[in-house]
Amino acid sequence: MSTDTATVNQPETFEFSAENQKKFKGIFAKYPKGREASAMMPLLDLAQRQHDGWLPRAAMDHVAEILDMAPIRVYEVATFYTMYNLAPVGKNHLQVCTNLPCWLRGSDDIMAACKKKLGVDVGESTPDGKFTLSEMECLGACVNAPMMQINDDFYEDLDESSTVAILDTLQSGGTPTPGPQNSRKGCEPEGGATTLKDAKGDD
Amino acid sequence: MLKDSDRVFQNIYGFKGSGLDAAKSIGDWKNTKKYIAKGREWIVDEIKNSGLRGRGGAGFGTGMKWSFMPKETGGRPVFLTINADEGEPGTCKDREILRNEPHKLVEGALLAAAAVGACAAYVYVRGEFLREGEALQDAIDEAYAAGLIGKDACGSGIDFDMYVQMGAGAYICGEESALIQSLEGKKGEPRLKPPFPANVGLYGCPTTVNNVESIAVVPTILRRGAKWFASFGRENNLGTKLFCISGHVNNPCTVEESMGITMRELIDTHAGGVRGGWDNLLAVIPGGASVPMMPKALCENAIMDYDGLREHGSGLGTGAVMVMDKSTDLMKAIARLSSFYAHESCGQCTPCREGTGWMARMMQRMVTGDMTIDEIDMLQNVTKQIEGHTICALGDAAAWPIQGLIRHFRPEIERRINERASSGSGHAA
Repeated sequence: MSTDTATVNQPETFEFSAENQKKFKGIFAKYPKGREASAMMPLLDLAQRQHDGWLPRAAMDHVAEILDMAPIRVYEVATFYTMYNLAPVGKNHLQVCTNLPCWLRGSDDIMAACKKKLGVDVGESTPDGKFTLSEMECLGACVNAPMMQINDDFYEDLDESSTVAILDTLQSGGTPTPGPQNSRKGCEPEGGATTLKDAKGDD
Repeated sequence: MLKDSDRVFQNIYGFKGSGLDAAKSIGDWKNTKKYIAKGREWIVDEIKNSGLRGRGGAGFGTGMKWSFMPKETGGRPVFLTINADEGEPGTCKDREILRNEPHKLVEGALLAAAAVGACAAYVYVRGEFLREGEALQDAIDEAYAAGLIGKDACGSGIDFDMYVQMGAGAYICGEESALIQSLEGKKGEPRLKPPFPANVGLYGCPTTVNNVESIAVVPTILRRGAKWFASFGRENNLGTKLFCISGHVNNPCTVEESMGITMRELIDTHAGGVRGGWDNLLAVIPGGASVPMMPKALCENAIMDYDGLREHGSGLGTGAVMVMDKSTDLMKAIARLSSFYAHESCGQCTPCREGTGWMARMMQRMVTGDMTIDEIDMLQNVTKQIEGHTICALGDAAAWPIQGLIRHFRPEIERRINERASSGSGHAA
């Protein structure tokens, strides 16, 4: 989400926490010697998670320092990928997919329900900082449409009432159960699989 | 209908869990060492003979691709990269493999690495698939702990490492050279080819890039034999395939079927039919957002394989079938896809950077009928100027849905323009 960052209140400095510094070794171990630049995206992700879900400029500069490269190399990556939030986001980042398969199954209603319930428009956050509403491109759960991502989890097979119920749970500080919000387990047809029927296990 | 016993993905719905024990119970990791011992040529030949074509959309022969990998590399390591940047609208099959059958991918990666002489595999998982990436990492950890990968993988004598790299929200990284750029810690901008990744890929080393599904079917093909896999489907379009059926059907789902199944049988048998019945069908986009739509008349007898859909001016793509019934505003549907491509263009090539935005704006005007009849031709003309004039295929992918709409539904577009004009608010020429 590369937003206009001119008005963002940027912290002066950024340091990785001791706990996160311990993760560096595992990250760098993935790449051959001399190819540490490959760690940039995992490090940016780590920084964002540490910093309440957004990536301040000081964090980018710090990652550049760690990787011993010019800060511009980090800025161009951080502004290219949409999952790096360059401005603060709410504690719950609602990302409603509105691409074709979701739209065909009513994502307009899901989006409208979110707007109405939270009183915000796309790209806005609630004044209490609890919610940010975003419109997403295809999130890759098309047979479970319509769906949205909230922070790290997918909420699928939504309708207006299940969307409102999820928001209610979040507003009261609870954690809604991710996955399909109807009777499905995953991507099998609703009402029961047409194949692999003897595989149905204990579910 | 394909028999259950002939499905590669016995646990695609995750009913059995995703751990190593569950994987072994459905035959994963059985005699893997034996197949590695048969040598790289044998594996490549089996995959060639199976007829497997890349399941990521382009449909290039997987065995053929592997055979391009150099045997002499001048000391450079060789890498396998697996494309799990699944983001083609309509497509959600690799997600199911990652979270429900990750061991097929890990075992397939080892066998593919043996086939191309790779020392390591990087799986590039789209950033939003955090949970799927975790499931894959769990499977990798289990495989290391069981000695299935790592040093002397499966006791085969070869060393093989496997890593997960998470993306961060860029559709373009599903293009193989953009994926490599991203893995190297750069913006995901596709590279000019040649050189091809087989010679100069990840870190400048020989690299093969394969889709998740293409790799995950490899162990089963080797175990059951190329002939078995090639017994499904038609010449040049062989094997089984995961299909994702979304949109206006009664029961959207992902299902494995034989290539060559008819579109109607696929939709009726597994997705509970078109909402409101087959006669309520308007059009289908049969292979992900990037392939042209097919009106109902062409869907009647369409065969779901590479050649069968190309015959109708469309394509199998990723096997993502998006069904649209008569309530659909097709112009709005394509306009949505156009804004997607405008959003996802990496900005490197002028025709795509400028063209996708322009096309998206034209499509917005088309939705309200706020254009002239001449502008339909202009739009068609511009799609032809973008197509084939960019480094990667995103420009083509942005052009084709619009071309499909104009090809099949031009009278509808004209009607909308004329209606607006006669209501006094338009300017049809």
